[in-house]
Amino acid sequence: MSEKEKKQVRDSNISRRSFLKGVGTGTVAATVAPTVLIGAEKSAEAQMDEAVSTAKIQLNINEKSYQVEVEARTTLLTVLRDGIDTSGNNVDLTGAKLICDRGECGGCTVIVDGKTVYACMMLAMDAQGKQITTVEGLADGDDLHPVQEAFIQHDALMCGFCTPGFIVSSAALLNENAKPTLGEIKEGLSGNTCRCGTYPFIFDAVKTASRKNFN
Amino acid sequence: MESWGEASESRLIGKRITRLSGKDKVTGKAKYTFDINRPGMLYGRILRSEVPHATVMGIDMSQAEALPGVKAVIPLIESGKKLRYQGQEIAAVAAETDDIAKDALRLIQVHLEALPHVVTEADAMAEGAPQIRENWAGNQSEPSINKNRDVAAGFEEAAVEVEATYHTPVQTHVCLETHGHVAEWEDEQNLTVWASTQGVFGVRRDLAQYFGLPPNQVRVITEHMGGGFGSKFGPGSEGEAAAKLARITGKAVKLMLTRKDEHLVAGNRPSMTQHVRAGATRDGRLIAYDMRGYGTGGISSGAGFVGPYVYHVPNTRTERVNVAVNAGNQRAMRAPGHPQGAFAMDSLMDELAEKLGMNPLEFRRINDSSEVRQAQYTLGAQEIGWHRRNNVPGAGNGVKKRGMGVGSGQWGGGGGRGTEARVTINADGTVEAVTGTQDIGTGIRTAIAIIVAEEFGLAPTDITVKVGDSAPGLPSGGSGGSQTTASVAPVIKTAAAAAKQKLFEHIAPLLEAPVADLRVGTGIIYVASDRTKTITWQQAAGQLGMESISEGGHWAEELRKGVVAGTQFAEVEVDTQTGAVKLIKIVAVQDCGLAINRLTTESQINGGVIMGLGQALLEERFMDAQTGRMLNANLEDYKIPGTFEIPEIKSIVFDTHRKVTGIGEPPCIPTPGAIANAVYNAIGVRIRELPLTPDRILTALAEKKA
Repeated sequence: MSEKEKKQVRDSNISRRSFLKGVGTGTVAATVAPTVLIGAEKSAEAQMDEAVSTAKIQLNINEKSYQVEVEARTTLLTVLRDGIDTSGNNVDLTGAKLICDRGECGGCTVIVDGKTVYACMMLAMDAQGKQITTVEGLADGDDLHPVQEAFIQHDALMCGFCTPGFIVSSAALLNENAKPTLGEIKEGLSGNTCRCGTYPFIFDAVKTASRKNFN
Repeated sequence: MESWGEASESRLIGKRITRLSGKDKVTGKAKYTFDINRPGMLYGRILRSEVPHATVMGIDMSQAEALPGVKAVIPLIESGKKLRYQGQEIAAVAAETDDIAKDALRLIQVHLEALPHVVTEADAMAEGAPQIRENWAGNQSEPSINKNRDVAAGFEEAAVEVEATYHTPVQTHVCLETHGHVAEWEDEQNLTVWASTQGVFGVRRDLAQYFGLPPNQVRVITEHMGGGFGSKFGPGSEGEAAAKLARITGKAVKLMLTRKDEHLVAGNRPSMTQHVRAGATRDGRLIAYDMRGYGTGGISSGAGFVGPYVYHVPNTRTERVNVAVNAGNQRAMRAPGHPQGAFAMDSLMDELAEKLGMNPLEFRRINDSSEVRQAQYTLGAQEIGWHRRNNVPGAGNGVKKRGMGVGSGQWGGGGGRGTEARVTINADGTVEAVTGTQDIGTGIRTAIAIIVAEEFGLAPTDITVKVGDSAPGLPSGGSGGSQTTASVAPVIKTAAAAAKQKLFEHIAPLLEAPVADLRVGTGIIYVASDRTKTITWQQAAGQLGMESISEGGHWAEELRKGVVAGTQFAEVEVDTQTGAVKLIKIVAVQDCGLAINRLTTESQINGGVIMGLGQALLEERFMDAQTGRMLNANLEDYKIPGTFEIPEIKSIVFDTHRKVTGIGEPPCIPTPGAIANAVYNAIGVRIRELPLTPDRILTALAEKKA
């Protein structure tokens, strides 16, 4: 079955996908203009559907601008990990992890306008016009962020899958509170989860990083 | 005889060395299977059963196939077959985006005929329960019965007896990187798979078999892996589906399980219920132990547990059965069978000690034949401050009450044959160590670098370690049973020694000295009898010209040893108004044999303790009897330890001998027992089931008052 034929079949069904696209209409129209049509030969109805359901948006990630096409439901995390920019390059910022997919584990923590955010809980469209920093953006070239240095020094990681989230949360914590107590470290990192059990050395690492002078 | 030498001679082995993968992991550069993006890659998803027991009458995939962006839909079960648990595979799709794949699953129509189900052990064992597993009358396996000497005679000698029932629920592994693969066919005959696995070569074997290919035409890559804990061996049906979808579509396919799938089908620790009667003599010797127990590993078997454990009982009778329920299969989970059995045994020990009027530690000393643990009891008691312990459990009038407890464990971890490795010295001085093991977070990559660097007088960062790839054709076993380090280290060590010998032979004429007179220093090679004759490592390697040295290693029995003992002490504070248990401190004294890297070894002990405290206080799979579904298949309702649960943890690498052993599993074993005993010591009421949640604490306190 060709993609065109598939469209006809699809249009005859009310799938959740088309329902979601319908719901997306308002959001897209309200927040982004103009939207972009994909493919010229599609039926008017299909064009309408596509036109209101995807949009080209600009995201500022790690001080670099990315143009990506997203649906209303596309999360910031999906763009970071799976996104392909409009020139066909993978965004490929896979440091933020998809772990729980519902804002429970902190594996996808990024910094948006100075605040930590679960990238799985933020729609890509809502991230427009904001400064997004991922774990890949914390180091200055080969110069690691003090938190990154301290995590290596203290072995505050094992499998490392939760590590990017903890690194970002720790960096954000120290931005707000340069000398946290153990209790404040626990509270500051309570939105992140580790299964290997690296917590004690994470606490040590954050303490070490807090003693260093960083800006 | 190969040996690791004396501690005083070691420059690196046994020291605290930071992880080679550290920089990649803290910068987000480390690529896990979940992070692999291939050109034109498709996303796979699996439609799973939402019912616990049914017959498949038909699957209509046409609407899913018709959805734009969907590239393939395949059935994973035939009509007429039975679905036997929630989460069982029905069909798989591959689509351009993950969201489209998700939409496509919703368009698959499955016609089912419901069958009666049982999801709790009690329901499965109840009279008249529907039989859900063939040949298992009453949903139970044939009992496995073991006897030692005469249990009845033993009880005649007993001065005190305890009879109790202990229970631990099903736990799930909760690997943060879910199970999954990225599969890509180079052509009809050659498959590359990135796998989140504990066994690169096992996945290669299984996929080669599945597709009828010679194993060397399947390449499996696991550069980094986000947690397995025993649940990640073999490709599973999700790996087969990914490779099948990739074959049909001619594209790379990434198929990772969802968080919900992970809880339902990616393995779990079986439950344990044991009814035990045990006796001890007046002078504190265990004399008789009679236990009947069961557990469920879901629809599969494998729900075994240890008992009696660690402590010696001369007269025993044990009887165990597996109970089948309509739930996902168990898989090995960190020290399978041990933590649950240890919790029961250590609880029992304290109950007997109390009847004897003995200090629980003293009672253990009498019954524990392990010299290592005897020394650990002394050290651990000092570290926790055992002398401060409540002599009268539950004493005191305060709302918050403190208590201390102890627990013990034992594990193998001696490694085994089957690893092949190569160590290469290039003329530019670079060194490469290659083997087919995988670093599942335990730090084997760094351990390999340490061993080679020690042998060559270099720094660990000078060594390029290549693991987690089947392509070089150097197999190693799966990372299970705490066997990795002890299996790999001897082969790496002998390969490095062989390469060093070759290099010595090459440069001996230059140094005008016999080969046997050459030694490595830090970054140099020198002549032992005339230390003025030295050459830098770089210069020595430079002598190789266009050649390089590449040597394999061999198994060396004398470099490794199994059987490790451990003991842990816990101090807790129980809030008698809220029922909350706060951990104050845990001391873990863990026999580690020769710790190649003290830093990552401490990490592993911390990790074991934390998984153990999760089992003690938080973790439990909840099944809804009515619908047959798991109620907490997410990370919000299935609680694993977070920052607030972490007490002060004193992880002590207890050096015993200079032979390598594995300790991935043992540090999680004694924790639940130690905590349960500490809670009893605090409040004076024994809770015989895990986890020790506030509701159980409050209920127990209320019963005590009444």
